Amino acid sequence: MLRNLLNIDTWQEAANSIGKNKFRTIITVTGVFWGILVYITLSGASKGLDNGFEQRFERVSPNSFFTWIQGTTIPYKGFKSGRNFSLKLEDVNFLKSRIKEIKYISPAINRGVFGNGTTIIKRGSESESYGVYGHFPAILNISDKEIYDGGRFFNQLDIDNKRKVCLIGERILNDFFEEWEEPIGNNITIDGEFFTVIGIMKFVAGGGIEKDSDIWIPFTTFQNLYNTGERIGWLSVSAHDEYDVKIVEEKVKSLIKYKYDVHPNDKSAVNGFNIGEIFDRIKKFAKGLTLLSIVVGIATVFGGVIGIGNILLISVRERTKEIGIRRALGAKPDEIRLQIIIESVTLTLLSGVSGIVVGSFVLYTIDFFTKNMSDFPYTNPTVPISNIIGVLIFMVVLGSLIGLIPAQRAVSIKPIDALRED
Amino acid sequence: MIKLSNIQKSYKLGKNSLHVLKGINLEIKEGEMVAIMGSSGSGKSTLLNILGILDSQDSGTYFLDSQEIKNLDETKAANYRNKFLGFVFQSFNLISYKTAIQNVALPLQFQKINRKSRQKRAKEFLGMVGLAEWSTHHPNELSGGQKQRVAIARALVTQPRVLLADEPTGALDSKTSYELMELLQKINDSGETIIIVTHEEDIASMCKRIVNLKDGKIVEDKHIKQKLASEYV
Repeated sequence: MLRNLLNIDTWQEAANSIGKNKFRTIITVTGVFWGILVYITLSGASKGLDNGFEQRFERVSPNSFFTWIQGTTIPYKGFKSGRNFSLKLEDVNFLKSRIKEIKYISPAINRGVFGNGTTIIKRGSESESYGVYGHFPAILNISDKEIYDGGRFFNQLDIDNKRKVCLIGERILNDFFEEWEEPIGNNITIDGEFFTVIGIMKFVAGGGIEKDSDIWIPFTTFQNLYNTGERIGWLSVSAHDEYDVKIVEEKVKSLIKYKYDVHPNDKSAVNGFNIGEIFDRIKKFAKGLTLLSIVVGIATVFGGVIGIGNILLISVRERTKEIGIRRALGAKPDEIRLQIIIESVTLTLLSGVSGIVVGSFVLYTIDFFTKNMSDFPYTNPTVPISNIIGVLIFMVVLGSLIGLIPAQRAVSIKPIDALRED
Repeated sequence: MIKLSNIQKSYKLGKNSLHVLKGINLEIKEGEMVAIMGSSGSGKSTLLNILGILDSQDSGTYFLDSQEIKNLDETKAANYRNKFLGFVFQSFNLISYKTAIQNVALPLQFQKINRKSRQKRAKEFLGMVGLAEWSTHHPNELSGGQKQRVAIARALVTQPRVLLADEPTGALDSKTSYELMELLQKINDSGETIIIVTHEEDIASMCKRIVNLKDGKIVEDKHIKQKLASEYV
């Protein structure tokens, strides 16, 4: 049997009989081809999605969250519901000293977004309204901010001296500056005050609430400019790696509720956005998609392979006489059987491999056209080589198994009866 | 070469059984050219199938080249057919998608002979039947006579001990039939044992011996003076 398997003639015969009816062969292999195509495309796409989101969030520590205050919804300790209040700068140390899981905590405030006031930013005759953010340098520990060459982030001295320096988003650069102008060291006006541009922020889509037209200034400068006192807009918190960020988030929220007399069950008064959780959800979604692609792929391949078996049964029926001739001339039943099985495996592999090739091409094409779409989280869609090999083995096994049926059918007719067939 | 003693064969047809061969005793020596004759239903095809190990007898013994043929599984039977026997059929039974030379080489493929020697031997035998120039043609490009010659080359390529021909001229006009018989006589002259099943008197008369079957029994077995097919052509 093995010797026959390695014999070129056996393969030649199989190739001949497959090639004899090309149109039918193509129709036959479409089923398996489609199944593999679906599997490769779906599972590659889910990997691409996974990679895409990973890339989006790689600038933000996955072990971090934001928290902010919204109106209370439950009356508590004599306060009516709908009460609004703000977090204060002192809360930073209050939380940090009481919750040991906190690694970094950085307060921030803003204006011109979320409906909290407007801003007027000017340079020369240009005037626009952009979001202005007050930050501490500590924010860099929680979410990285990439700055174009030549620029810098603000530092502690800027904070201490309440310097009027700012970082601007890429779009502001395009709106306010000519291409040949050097923005760094130049001035823009923020609500009447002159600010020196010290850096251009590179925009990465999806990494939180930021836009490409934000202006970042030192927190203390913001306080002075807008007279916000001790108020802060939200806190960015990252947990030590060994702790579950979800639990830390809950701890922080409850402590804030305790401090500001919010009902412990008030879910929306202290709100939060947990990147780790979102990240997890996307990961799970991608995993689900991969699983789905396997299930759909297997089911379709199964259907396709049964189709191949079916066509081979017909083909064996058609070739009854030829098989009879071969056997009269001395072909052994094993040789006939093997030939049919090889036909089955060849058909299966043929369709499978073309499915893999076309699937890869589809993935490549999608990748190619979405490479520069920054708002489409899809990067480097791949299917691991081990899965491809697994798919091929799966197809060989399935092809052999289904081939057994027509193979047995081919030798079950006695040669003398087969010869009488017309 | 062939020795049959008391061969019995019956087929079941529903509840009845049809007794086709009712005790055949026949001995054929090496180099003979035997015609088996009989009207349809006489059992001549069944006899040929048993001789060709395509069918098995119910009882009786069959010796082929001093080897008893009985209780063979399909693999062994295939092996014996390939080694000892060559077949020629009424309807040629060439494989349509193979060229003449590929058809001739096919039995050698089952012997696991390598491609080169297969090719060489097949060419040689195609030459012997006068079709060397047609080797790359497919059966549908050949005339009936040519197809049967290819079939003869295929039957002989393994150098079998016995050539079995089932109505080899049944699908041919008489001129082509005689040409074919001339070829078979030539092959027989070189020492090959040939058994031909036919119902045509003139074809039978070109053999050296005629065995007449009727209702499953041999009713006549005579050696004759062979008519040379070349005289008819």
